[in-house]
Amino acid sequence: MSSGIQVAPVPVAPAPDPRGEVPRRSRRRFARRAGLNVVAAIVFLVMIFPVYWMVATGFKRGQDIFSDPPVWFPYHPTLANFADAIHRAHFWADVKNSLIIVGGVVALSLVLAFLAALALAKFGFYGRRAFIVLIIAVQMIPLNALIIPIFLVLSKANQVDKLSGVIVTYLTFVLPFTIWTLRGFMLGVPKDLEEASMVDGTTRFGAFVRILLPLVGPGLVATSIFAFIQAWNEFIMAYVLLHSPEKQTLTLWLATFSTSRGTAWGSLMAGATLTALPVVIFFVAIQRKIAFGLTAGAVRG
Amino acid sequence: MSSRFPAALAEPALVTPRRRRRLASRIGSRSAPYLLLLPATAVIGAVLGYPLYYMVRLSLQQYGLFQLVKHEGEWIGTRNYAQIFHDGAFWHVVVRTLGFTVAAVSLTMVLGTLIALLLAELGPKMRLLLTAGLIFVWATPVVVAVDIWRWMIDYEFGVLNWLLTFLHVGNYNHHDWFVNPWTGWAVITALVVWGAIPFVAITVFAGLTQVPRELVEAASIDGAHAWKVFRDVTVPLLKPIFVILTSLSIIWDFQVFTQVWVMLDGHPGTDYYVMSVYAYTNSFGESEYGLGSAIALVMVAILLVVSFFYIRQMVKIGEAK
Repeated sequence: MSSGIQVAPVPVAPAPDPRGEVPRRSRRRFARRAGLNVVAAIVFLVMIFPVYWMVATGFKRGQDIFSDPPVWFPYHPTLANFADAIHRAHFWADVKNSLIIVGGVVALSLVLAFLAALALAKFGFYGRRAFIVLIIAVQMIPLNALIIPIFLVLSKANQVDKLSGVIVTYLTFVLPFTIWTLRGFMLGVPKDLEEASMVDGTTRFGAFVRILLPLVGPGLVATSIFAFIQAWNEFIMAYVLLHSPEKQTLTLWLATFSTSRGTAWGSLMAGATLTALPVVIFFVAIQRKIAFGLTAGAVRG
Repeated sequence: MSSRFPAALAEPALVTPRRRRRLASRIGSRSAPYLLLLPATAVIGAVLGYPLYYMVRLSLQQYGLFQLVKHEGEWIGTRNYAQIFHDGAFWHVVVRTLGFTVAAVSLTMVLGTLIALLLAELGPKMRLLLTAGLIFVWATPVVVAVDIWRWMIDYEFGVLNWLLTFLHVGNYNHHDWFVNPWTGWAVITALVVWGAIPFVAITVFAGLTQVPRELVEAASIDGAHAWKVFRDVTVPLLKPIFVILTSLSIIWDFQVFTQVWVMLDGHPGTDYYVMSVYAYTNSFGESEYGLGSAIALVMVAILLVVSFFYIRQMVKIGEAK
């Protein structure tokens, strides 16, 4: 996989050849391009295969799932696995729980983060730098270490096995991230625009509503989608905090497919597809913004 | 129009609207940022600060089932730490966690960077295809990914087992990967690296597109070999990105839990104990929450060193803006 790429890691102009050798050069170029495409195709297949296998298994009949040699494509597609997954105990309750938790987390962190990001991006004040460092630093705390105290604190407060307890817990990782991301989007709004409008006589609030909000809007949407994805995917905290099957989230629901008698692979893969679906859709919608948010300003040529 | 001049409407003659507004906004500006930060700070303090403080407290306490009922631990000083530091099993766990982290992070960074370089070389169509594939992997929730991999290496009908047997790598019919911890860890590492590659590849690629073309061209006209150009021009320019990605990867992989836990159905053998699993089983399995907290705090302390590099880099970039 690696050998093909190492040959030319960066675009390199061909060595200065005498003019007459164009055909050989272009042939070499063509071979190189073809080679790269083959490597890319292999990488693509290796990476995508697990995802493909999940979806394909979800649509297969039982005898095609449990088959040796494997059936590579659902030639006899069926929705039976999906029906089975949906009709499984607590599916809809757990969908509802996931949505309540995600909705609560996104709403709370967006409001709090918006105010904080506004301060960080649009005001100069004493302690600003310290706060920025703090926001970066708290995102580095390994959350898997925090489960123990969070569980004990919440159990003291009688918040274990309650969605509200999970919502509060999820703020630990969603809120700092949201502040940081929103600040980045707000920095992207040129200050001149606001100042121009304030010179025109608009108040700061007026400038905010008419200038900043429309410009930050897409950033708000992207940030809330990203918060959605994080909260939707979370597993350990919910695993520790939610015990009753009717109070769990979808990621926990997936564990119910494996019993001591074995795993219902067809339904599990259908259920996994359903769990991943909203995330994939949202993710594809905002992925450009994510990559941008992280690298903007990182490279100075 | 009226909303445009809200302050001017009730203006005493002496103070011009403009001066008044300046004054107000200056006073407002002074306290406004703090007021805006207050709610978020309070919440972060409550949901992150307090548990952190509580964890330090717990690590100095005997906190078992009895104390759990009472909601009150018993102070025992540094006995928890003494116990874990004298426990051979603990050091095994630390070494195992470090080993896994080194393997997973280097594989992720190397493969991710290679794929980023590949992306930069491809034509638009092929690049779109590969990016799309990476994004699908990136978007797959971790728990879902673990379930997929469990299915791919299923004892009886795992497609990976079939493929390896078919390719004569060995006989993997009815093969249980987790009997031997080395192959078990190989599977977990593969799963973690597979899931982490897209983030690294796409981020490095985004960085590559920002590298000024003239620099690369100038270097290669000077006769520098492709590898040399990469090493002497591209890597130094992308260093901030590499620092960020490497430290993030270390922090994520060092605290790996879900992949191990779900992969082994919530009953990992001691060969599969990494620090977060060890802290978890000590707390929620053995009901020794004080001991578990001490282990978790050692993990936090180790990662603090890594965080330092990350934070420094992030602050540097922040200043550039």
